[in-house]
Formats: sequence, C-alpha cells, structure tokens
Amino acid sequence: MNLAATVAQIRVGVLARGMLATLLVALAAGCATTNGGDGRDPLEGFNRSMYAFNDAFDEAIGKPVASAYKTAIPDPIRVWVRNFFANLGDVFIGANNLLQGKPAEAVNDWARFAFNSTFGLLGINDVASEIGLEKHNEDFGQTFGRWGAGDGAYLVWPFLGPSTVRDTAGTVFDFYFDPVGRHKPTDPRTFAIVLRATSQRADLLDASRILEEAALDRYIFQRDAYLQRRRGLIYDGNPPRDPHSWRTREEPQAAGEPAPAKVSDRLFEDPAAPVAAPEKRASNGYEPREPSNYPAVLAASSAGH
Amino acid sequence: MSMAGLKVLAAAAVSATLLHVEATRAEETVAPDLLVKNVTLEVVEIVKADKDIQAGDRRKVIALIETRVLPHFNFSTMTATAVGANWGKATPEQKTRLIEEFRTLVVRTYASSIAAYKNQKFDFRPLRARPADTDVTVQVRVLQSGAAPVKIEYDMEKTARGWKVWDVRVADISLTATYRTEFANVVRESGIEGLIGTLRVKNGAAADQAPVAGRG
Repeated sequence: MNLAATVAQIRVGVLARGMLATLLVALAAGCATTNGGDGRDPLEGFNRSMYAFNDAFDEAIGKPVASAYKTAIPDPIRVWVRNFFANLGDVFIGANNLLQGKPAEAVNDWARFAFNSTFGLLGINDVASEIGLEKHNEDFGQTFGRWGAGDGAYLVWPFLGPSTVRDTAGTVFDFYFDPVGRHKPTDPRTFAIVLRATSQRADLLDASRILEEAALDRYIFQRDAYLQRRRGLIYDGNPPRDPHSWRTREEPQAAGEPAPAKVSDRLFEDPAAPVAAPEKRASNGYEPREPSNYPAVLAASSAGH
Repeated sequence: MSMAGLKVLAAAAVSATLLHVEATRAEETVAPDLLVKNVTLEVVEIVKADKDIQAGDRRKVIALIETRVLPHFNFSTMTATAVGANWGKATPEQKTRLIEEFRTLVVRTYASSIAAYKNQKFDFRPLRARPADTDVTVQVRVLQSGAAPVKIEYDMEKTARGWKVWDVRVADISLTATYRTEFANVVRESGIEGLIGTLRVKNGAAADQAPVAGRG
C-alpha cells in the first residue's frame, strides 16, 4: 500500500507538470478557431489538446498498467474487484434514481446493495443480478439532464476524459459523495482509487482497441459516441430519435437491389395498405426516419423497467 | 448412362432446386427478431467451438463474419446513411467504392468485437411490431456481472431478399451517426474522392496490424 501511495505521489507530480505544459499548449491552440467546427463543441481546440494529453498518459501509464493487471490477475478475482466497487456505487445510483423521480428503481438499487453486501460477501459477487435485480447506470450528470439541463459545451478534462458542462457539474457531486474518495485513512483510500481506476481501464481495453480500429479521427468518434451515450443514459436507454438518426434513402438502381414489390407479393397484402412506398424509395433524399415500431419498443422497454 | 442413373440425376437436380427454393423462401420469411437471434447464437456457437478464433485468428473471424453475418446487412443503405447529405454528390461509381470501403471497415470493427466476446449471456427482446411493418428495431441485451446490461439495437428493413440490417446501435451509440460527422469533415476538406482514399488507407493500415489476441 505504501508502494501504491508512492506511485500515486510520483504520478501526481509528473501529472501536475504535464498538465501545466498541456494547459499552455491548449490555451494557445484554443485561440485558433477550427474551420467547420461543431456547434456542440465550441472549445474544440482546447478539448483536442486535452484529448492528446489523456491519450499520451493512457499510452504511457493507463494502458500498460491495465494490461498488466489483466494478465496478472485471474479472471474471477478481477470480477470480484469490479463487483466490489460496483456495489459501493449502487448506493448513490439509487439516490440518483430517487432524485429523478423513480422510487421503484431506487428500491431496486438499494435492494441490490443489501443483497450483494451480505449474500454477495461484501459485494464481490453480484448475486442480485442473478435473482433479477438489474444494475442501473445513474449519476448526477444524468439527474441534472433528467431535470431538464442541456448538455452545454462538450469538454474534455485531463484524466477524466469526455464530459460536458452539465456532466462536469454532475461529476463534482459524484466525487463529493463517492464512498471510496471519502474513506478516511489515506493509504487504503489511495490504493482503492488506483485499483478502481485500473479495474475500470482494464474493462475498457477491448472497447478502446475497437475505437482505435474503427475511427478515422478518434477525437470526433469519441465525442460523438459520448454525446449519444449520455443522451441514451439520460433517457434510460430509450431516447427519442434525434435528427442524428436520419437515414439516407438509396435509389434502388444504384444500390444494385432488385426492385421490391412483385405483383404476386402484393396479393397477400392488405389492399388498403399504402402503395406510396415505392415512390418514396425512389427519392434520394435525406429524411428523418425511425422504424415504425420504435414507439412500441420504447413503451415496452419503459414498462419492463 | 443407364436410365436408372438418369432418373437419380434428375431426382437429385429436382430436389436440389426444391431445396434452393425452400432456402430462399425461408430466408425471406424469417422474422427480423428471429433472424437476429439465430445469427447471434450461431456465431457464438462457432466462436465457442473454434480454438483458432479464440486464439485470435483474424482471418477466420473475418471469414465467419463474411459468411454468416454480412448477408443480413444492407451496406448500401448503411453507407448512404453514414455519408448523409453528401451522398447525393457521389457518382454511382464512387458510391460503389464507398460501399466497398465502408463494408471493409465495418467488418474489421466487427471482428474486434467478436474477439472481445467472453461468454456473456444474451437477452433477446420480443419484437414489438405490426405484421405490415417493413422497418423495425430489434433489441438484444448483453448481460454481465457487476455492470448494467448493454443494449444492442438493429434497425432493419424488409427487402425482397429478406430483412436487412442498416444501422446498429450499441448502448445508444449509432454506427452510422458516429461516422457521419467524421465523414462530413473529410468530404468538406477533400471531397468524396478524399473520403474514399481515407477509408482505403484506414482499411489498409488495419489489415497490416498483427492479429488481435482473442484472450480477454
């Protein structure tokens, strides 16, 4: 544990200097306006510098430590570690559900905490999930979003990564109430914070590799994914479709698709069914569109919660 | 050749044709939620049984995706949606190349996701749709210990060749929407040709990478 504390101290020292340098670079870069910038990201210059800094830190420390952790620690023990911290999180997930006016979900979260802390041996086993008490994902940023706060500008913070003005305010509260951060003796606390961060980073190793392979511009990919993800979380996984979920209609010829609607197929269809579909299909417009069953999917998902 | 031999041949030919017709018809009529379930479970079974794939044999994973998964994707709609408003600016020839490059990119991403699979359980949600719907969302949830379930949604459209996926959303992150900003930026700076070139370079770089370790 002393080792962990020392590592943390060294880390903080290196980071403080790195941060200062990065901030200076960021301020300089932030003055230059980016062409064709995104309205949701007015501070793109600054954010990109922070992104670069986080990326460098992750390459140098985050990823190697997380990989080593994953290699050295057997799978079941890593699951225990993940579950232990996830269990502590359930207390304030429940609080946030209550603040969002979802008492049933809050009771679910606290029941999870009660079951897992006892039968799950201090939370290392997620027995609650096995008996149907599902884990939720809530935080203060989502609560503020639920109360009507918009995203605000997109922001990237050193070490913490993607955020928005609203989520930054949320994170301040998350940190304040974080049971791990409030733990009194400092040595175990530092150890716990480092362990939790390592465990979380290790869980994201696959995702970050996929991001690297998928993205042309990782910064933009991460930003757009983050904003969509947060939107989904605020709506508890059932967001109304926004204009970003538009689909471009393809004309049948260019697609190489055989034209649909054979006469024989039509015989079995309701004669009153609109025949307008083929005309719509022929246009090559850019139109908002959601699958016709989407409202039903939303209703079913909310009811099942 | 004897008469009997001819008869056998003819019978074989007829039954082969019948089988083919049967298979085609079956593909057309499989409900979208059932299709997603069948393909998912099929792929998972193959991955579980194949030691090479578990060891990170990327060629095999890609072959698996090509044969089992991709036939159910409509890449023209998917690419058009990802390119968005600029799609109209592309010539038919450019569209073909864009679709080809985007397809390769999606395959590589998909391959990495399969390599990351480790025995998670699936919860296939019942489809909520009217029989006449030609445009549906199919939901699958991936359950895991110590974390909230991850939702995967497939936006599917009914075509003459069965139901086809045109967008995938993982945890509310849409594949096409996430690429749209990136693609629009590249097109603004270097046009449709620039986008095709960027995708080709990206795909080439990804192909050169060492095989990904399958172990999680």
